[in-house]
Amino acid sequence: MELKLKIWRQKNSGEKGAIIDYNVKKIDPDMSFLEMLDVLNQDLIKSGEEPVAFDHDCREGICGMCSLVINGSPHGPDKGTTTCQLHMRRFKSGDTIYIEPFRGTAFPVIKDLVVDRSAFDRIQQSGGYVSVNTSGNTVDANATPIPKPDADEAFKAAACIGCGACVASCKNSSAMLFVGAKVSQYSRLPQGKVEARERVLNMVKQMDKEGFGNCTNTGACEAHCPKGISLDNILNLNREYIKAKIRK
Amino acid sequence: MALSGIFLMVFLVQHLAINLTSLIPDNGYTFNKISHFMGYNPVVQFILQPILMLGVCFHFTMGIFLEYQNRRARKSKYVFHKTRSSWISKNMILSGLVVLAFLALHFYDFWVPEMDYKYVSKLIPAEDRYYHELQEKFHNSTRTVIYCISFVLLGLHLNHGLASSFQSVGVTTSSQKKLKLIANIYSISIAIGFTVVAVFHYFSH
Amino acid sequence: MDKDGQMLSIKELADVLNVSQKTIRRHINSGKIKSVKVGGVHRISREQVSSLLEVEEIIVDDLINIGLERGFPYDSKVPSGDLKNKWSKHKGTINLVSPANKRNIDIIVVGTGLAGASASATLAELGYNVKAFCFQDSPRRAHSIAAQGGINASKNYQGDGDSDYRLFYDTIKGGDYRSREANVYRLAEVSANIIDQCVAQGVPFARDYGGLLDNRSFGGVLVSRTFYAKGQTGQQLLLGAYSALNRQVNRGKVEMFSRHEMMDVVVVDGKARGIISRNLVNGKIERHGAHAVVIASGGYGNVFYLSTNAMGSNVTASWKIHKKGAFFANPCFTQIHPTCIPVSGDHQSKLTLMSESLRNDGRIWVPKNIEDAKKIRNKELKPTEIPENDRDYYLERRYPAFGNLVPRDVASRAAKERCDAGYGVNKTGQAVYLDFAAAIIRYGKEKAISTGQDKDNIDLVKSLGKEIIKAKYGNLFQMYEKIVDENPYETPMQIFPAVHYTMGGVWVDYNLMTTIPGCFAIGEANFSDHGANRLGASALMQGLADGYFVLPYTIGDYLADEIKTGPIKTDTKEFDEAESGVNKFIEKIMSNKSGKSVDYYHRKLGKIMWDKCGMSRNAEDLRSAITEIKALREEFYSNVFVPGGADGYNEELAKAGRVADFLELGELFALDALERNESCGGHFREEYQTEEGEALRNDEEFTFVSCWEHMGKDKKPKLNKEELNFKSVELKSRSYK
Ligand SMILES: Cc1cc2nc3c(=O)[nH]c(=O)nc-3n(C[C@H](O)[C@H](O)[C@H](O)COP(=O)(O)OP(=O)(O)OC[C@H]3O[C@@H](n4cnc5c(N)ncnc54)[C@H](O)[C@@H]3O)c2cc1C
Ligand code: HEM
Ligand code: SF4
Ligand code: FES
Repeated sequence: MELKLKIWRQKNSGEKGAIIDYNVKKIDPDMSFLEMLDVLNQDLIKSGEEPVAFDHDCREGICGMCSLVINGSPHGPDKGTTTCQLHMRRFKSGDTIYIEPFRGTAFPVIKDLVVDRSAFDRIQQSGGYVSVNTSGNTVDANATPIPKPDADEAFKAAACIGCGACVASCKNSSAMLFVGAKVSQYSRLPQGKVEARERVLNMVKQMDKEGFGNCTNTGACEAHCPKGISLDNILNLNREYIKAKIRK
Repeated sequence: MALSGIFLMVFLVQHLAINLTSLIPDNGYTFNKISHFMGYNPVVQFILQPILMLGVCFHFTMGIFLEYQNRRARKSKYVFHKTRSSWISKNMILSGLVVLAFLALHFYDFWVPEMDYKYVSKLIPAEDRYYHELQEKFHNSTRTVIYCISFVLLGLHLNHGLASSFQSVGVTTSSQKKLKLIANIYSISIAIGFTVVAVFHYFSH
Repeated sequence: MDKDGQMLSIKELADVLNVSQKTIRRHINSGKIKSVKVGGVHRISREQVSSLLEVEEIIVDDLINIGLERGFPYDSKVPSGDLKNKWSKHKGTINLVSPANKRNIDIIVVGTGLAGASASATLAELGYNVKAFCFQDSPRRAHSIAAQGGINASKNYQGDGDSDYRLFYDTIKGGDYRSREANVYRLAEVSANIIDQCVAQGVPFARDYGGLLDNRSFGGVLVSRTFYAKGQTGQQLLLGAYSALNRQVNRGKVEMFSRHEMMDVVVVDGKARGIISRNLVNGKIERHGAHAVVIASGGYGNVFYLSTNAMGSNVTASWKIHKKGAFFANPCFTQIHPTCIPVSGDHQSKLTLMSESLRNDGRIWVPKNIEDAKKIRNKELKPTEIPENDRDYYLERRYPAFGNLVPRDVASRAAKERCDAGYGVNKTGQAVYLDFAAAIIRYGKEKAISTGQDKDNIDLVKSLGKEIIKAKYGNLFQMYEKIVDENPYETPMQIFPAVHYTMGGVWVDYNLMTTIPGCFAIGEANFSDHGANRLGASALMQGLADGYFVLPYTIGDYLADEIKTGPIKTDTKEFDEAESGVNKFIEKIMSNKSGKSVDYYHRKLGKIMWDKCGMSRNAEDLRSAITEIKALREEFYSNVFVPGGADGYNEELAKAGRVADFLELGELFALDALERNESCGGHFREEYQTEEGEALRNDEEFTFVSCWEHMGKDKKPKLNKEELNFKSVELKSRSYK
């Protein structure tokens, strides 16, 4: 396969970036998308140029490190797939592919396609936990049975990998799906209920402080989320938030 | 935002209901009666009407402010962004602005003359003038077309708006699908309802 | 000896017995060794020592217990007493730091995977000031997140006869008797606590319909003790530890340094006093001082280039401390995991694991007839077209007792054996089948019967069965389909062994301290608990045990002497030297203006390692590996090309540092494999096997931990041996037949 790539290059957060054109040849359809970029980078290094910087680590769709907006779509054209799980068999020889970073004011570009998503960490730090000491001196794990449906729902919400595709896909750069997933996970478990109120208020406050946009329920986040995190989590977040506000 | 939206949606139902009475073939009798009541009842005039206006103002001011904030949340724009979400959900500001422009026209058409009639020129209340005025306005084909286009956009605005507002206030339905269905029924009814009234009066005189 | 040769001094006895004088004194105090005082000095009568063996008998128990092994220069600090009471006794007697003093003590934790995040959180909670480092953009991305299958704990919720002892025994046996008894027992002991802890944190483990926790069984054991969260156990556990870490960040007790790479450790007066790090975003070299340094940087499987480890996993932190004095133990003990997605071509950048849990329900086979295998490779035949009788379920055939659930090393070698014999199934001939058809039918029938549907309707049964398989392994199947583009519900999966985990690592004592005082190692980075082979679902257990329940207490034993030290200054000559060393390395790497990429060297190294130090090894290959790696390393320094600058984000530069260390580790790895003239666990030497091709252990000569000491650049490292003594289990040859 041969492909035309239009890739966003930006030296660092301070400088302006632009789309640069590249061609890659001898791409095997069994390659992953990132392996295709590896090929490009090896070519660039051979010719003495700086390779395209992009984030990645596990390359199996779980760490949430890879990003990229591919042809306008965060994590590329396939649903329920991270960029690292995307394979070149999805494209045709001769295709032109646009590759951009996840964009959002709260996600400043570090270099080329690498962005800073530490805003997500700070949101989690503001309340994304159960305040239990790690001494292990707690009740037996089976002392509080949790109905399977609740456990399953909590699990589904907990499947979020913190990649930020929800923000990248949203026209408003809103982080509601990410925050909703965390809030919902805990709000469904007895262990999380105790601090439900402070948690949701603090996390939403931090989210706003980071400069994410407001949710207008366009649903793009859900459609692009590689882990199928459902919009119900946003609904639940809104409900928890309103509940918390009323109880104030 | 959502609450003002829901409030406006409720108002629209009432507005549409009154408008639909103009279709009753009693030469405007019912329509006139209700309009007169609305026009001269002090509760409606001095309490509900200002609340409604404030609601509208609040809604679009917030809408515009939200849009401003949301644009700021992505200062460096995508060269190519094509996401899996409906056109209308991404363009609420556009449909909203069209509706706003329409509201301006609508006010100019009905509210301004009404205020003039009642409070500036201080003419005597006449219970039978409303139906007639309505028919007069829809004489004009340009106006009718503008109204109809606006209704379509209003319908679209509401189609996303209804589902969205429910989501925003955290009200659950048993499934997203059901919510979407309700939104479809509501928005289509509103759009068709108002359009029918307009078109009816255009052709009926 | 005194004049007439009848009395021994403490020193003499210690020398004879090869233990420290301290030990002898202790035994004299406790009365186990009788001494007389001659001129105020203890003397031990010849009678007492008349037969050295006899003396040894008196104290041999305790010698083992306190870990003062013959000829080994370090004290492994294993407490004396009964195996079961060692840990509680130790906890009760080691030094502690008072809460008021903890506030004045800084600890650096390098790595925030399961081990590092849980340790940071707990240390901070106890009151220490923690600085935590990771090279990813967030602690949540550590490689631990990729663990799929589960975590063991001896909860015995299933009532199938599990206990701390059984978990201990399974782990020791699974590790082929090359781990330290006391450590493993402690691991089993705290395992149950981990589950309690995680549930309290909101970790959503799988539950049954009664709302209680569910378990599955894993390779190499006969009980169901594995807790899981679908195929995302590592993710959920890491997010739990991450949340505990976040809580401490919010309290201001942990300062988090993401996108920072540790470049070196700083040793002052023999103690670890800080690190030099590089900020990966702006390239700045930074100094960080602390009273103790904890290395939790994970395993070094990426020395093979292709492995199931995340792309960034590296040995740098462990290697840097090794070069400053920490022993590196058993580097050649690597686990090759049997169920990974086979290599598809030269472009391959990493391998993907299919969780071991799949072996619960999947049956592994290759065609019985070599002709069929050939046809399959040429795509002339589909696996589903091969009748039951023509399939060779080789694990069930060879190991009837454990069948498809034999330990990983056994399963991997069996697959290699079949593929080498020509029965491999994908285009490269390097793959075997993992088939779910039987499980789908079995589950489908059960479900049909329990719901009162027609159990003879095969389509119905299949669809019910698929639902159940989907509920259990849905995300794994989906992952497989994305990579291979085949539907595993319909056609068997193709799998092949791949490098997965490294049992070897930094040597630590019972307190998890390395041979550099004040420098600790936890999680996969240390060597401690898995011997020559790790059982499935035990790494998560060990990482969290180390981080939540062991290190936070044992570190106090060291830090108790540090309360008066005061803040660690970083403007000293030791920091200057370490920093200039790092700068020199970077300058050297950046000075080449053309040449080959870092990946080129990494791939080459990986190939040497896989071909010569992989699933089976022999002396000749190992020797040539050593020479080749040496040559490759030299070429690397003179010819590696890293474009761009060192003063900003530069992924190639970061990789170059990691590969440079792999190039040194690789050599030690081969050397270790060469010195270990036996087959045990993941280390299979072709020269040492039974007639049936099973591994042949040599307990007489090799019941020790190989502890490698760095002797300086280009000098041969020194092998120290920590003898392993087994008191509570009998050394048997592992049999899974
Ligand atoms: C695919 C896969 C599946 C697995 N499944 C299971 C399973 O089901 N059950 C089980 O028990 N085990 C499993 N394991 C093994 C287990 O996941 C790991 O052994 C364990 O998670 C290691 O945890 P850790 O905390 O020691 O290290 P890691 O999670 O690897 O963390 C290393 C940390 O160190 C940091 N770091 C590394 N180098 C540096 C440096 N130079 N400077 C700064 N920071 C650095 C990293 O950023 C990271 O934070 C699996 C492993 C793999 C590869
Ligand atoms: C009769 C008139 C109107 C009705 C009934 C109406 C109704 C609604 C509703 C129900 C919502 C969804 C609210 C939510 O999800 O929180 C909404 C959203 C919105 N409206 Fe209106 N609206 C009207 C007029 C306007 C006007 C005049 C504007 C002018 C700018 C406007 C701009 C917006 C915008 C930008 C949104 C998107 C915000 C969001 O979805 O949360 N609307 N509207
Ligand atoms: S909600 Fe989905 S898209 Fe957003 S961060 Fe989590 S996994 Fe990524
Ligand atoms: S690289 Fe880990 S999710 Fe893609």
